[in-house]
Amino acid sequence: MTDQAFDDAAEFAGRGLACIRGERIVFADLDFSLAPGEAILLLGPNGSGKSSLLRVMAGLLRPAAGALTWGGAPVAEDPEAHGGRSRYIGHHDAIKPVLTVRENVGFWSSLWSGDGSTATVQRALAAFGIAHLLDVPGRWLSAGQKRRVNLSRLLAAPAPLWLLDEPTTALDRATVAVVEGLIAEHRARGGMVVLSTHTDVALPGAKVLQMDDFTVPMDWAGLDAAEEALS
Amino acid sequence: MIAGFGAIVARDLRLALRQGSDSLMVVTFFVLTVVLFPFGVGPEAGILERISAGVLWVTALLASMLSLDRLFQTDYEDGSLDLMTRGPAPLGVLVLGKVTAHWLTTGLPLLLAAPVLAVLLNMNAAGFGVLVLAFLIGTPTLSLIGAVGAALVLGARRGGVLLSLLVLPLYIPVLVFGVSAVDAAVMDLPVRAQLLILGGFLFAAAALCPWATAAALRQAVE
Repeated sequence: MTDQAFDDAAEFAGRGLACIRGERIVFADLDFSLAPGEAILLLGPNGSGKSSLLRVMAGLLRPAAGALTWGGAPVAEDPEAHGGRSRYIGHHDAIKPVLTVRENVGFWSSLWSGDGSTATVQRALAAFGIAHLLDVPGRWLSAGQKRRVNLSRLLAAPAPLWLLDEPTTALDRATVAVVEGLIAEHRARGGMVVLSTHTDVALPGAKVLQMDDFTVPMDWAGLDAAEEALS
Repeated sequence: MIAGFGAIVARDLRLALRQGSDSLMVVTFFVLTVVLFPFGVGPEAGILERISAGVLWVTALLASMLSLDRLFQTDYEDGSLDLMTRGPAPLGVLVLGKVTAHWLTTGLPLLLAAPVLAVLLNMNAAGFGVLVLAFLIGTPTLSLIGAVGAALVLGARRGGVLLSLLVLPLYIPVLVFGVSAVDAAVMDLPVRAQLLILGGFLFAAAALCPWATAAALRQAVE
């Protein structure tokens, strides 16, 4: 954890993105751009593709169309570099029940930034007010504590781009405020944040992406007619 | 890259040590199955001696397969695999780390148990050294090939059965040359060629399998 500005931050953008899950088009023709210090808030009902878009941005899901760029260079050319400069927090907490919190966070920290020292882990945990859980095994954590441990990885291995998929699930109001503060701090240092949420998370000056603007209505009547014509 | 490899080996070994049951289960299965053979084929020393190399290798194949379906399963379920596939550490290196840890916790105990069981099967003492050597070269290949299968069946129902159908046929070359090496040693024939071929399998598997496993894992998290 340092307070220096990110020197590897650059404009992160997507052009004409589309995503197909199963046989359904989740979203299509989606453009976004994110400059250092900016944030995007993803809003929309369940199934509108917020998680899918975040997985596309994280490189976990290949877009059916369109491309992502980082500082003008295609992300697909070097996905590992993209993994190094972005952190993804998904629905799962990725916490091993038999490892202590120190081992859980330290492993990812050393994998991502080659650090993993106890001091780094402790500082990251302290930011979320759970420094006392350092030697507690993962299986004894409550859902909210697991989420906080998960989020502390963002600080234990700093990276300019944070992709947060409903990060405030299971968190109490006070911790949501802590998360908001950390995001503001991250942006002040030139970091970028994409966040999806159902609850209220204050992101002053964030761009809002309404996911239902990009959904493609399924033409069921047309499909039925086509099937009838075939049979 | 080396640091990522070390970190994941250390983590998986720690997990195996804390959960504990996998290594013990594999070795127990190995010992029990081998012990069944004298009951099945009768206690005639000549017959047991003749089939000892084959019995040890076949049971080792089956035993090493037992723990394979858990190789990536827990990481897949708790979201760790999502994070691993994203880098920055190359996924192939992480796979190699996981396979190394898997071999250390399952292949190595088999290797240590094999000479003891060879005595039980009345194997000629001339074969012991080569048996251990052949296991040392052959069992890592089994872990590497098994990892590809384990990655392919991720998310499938009844993955364990499917896994054995996928992986067992690919184990046959290792079985053929592993048994042949031990048989040759028992008959006091040269074993260099068989061991070199086993070594060749190991290098080919070490080059190809992590890459294939990584591709299968990327598909699984999509």
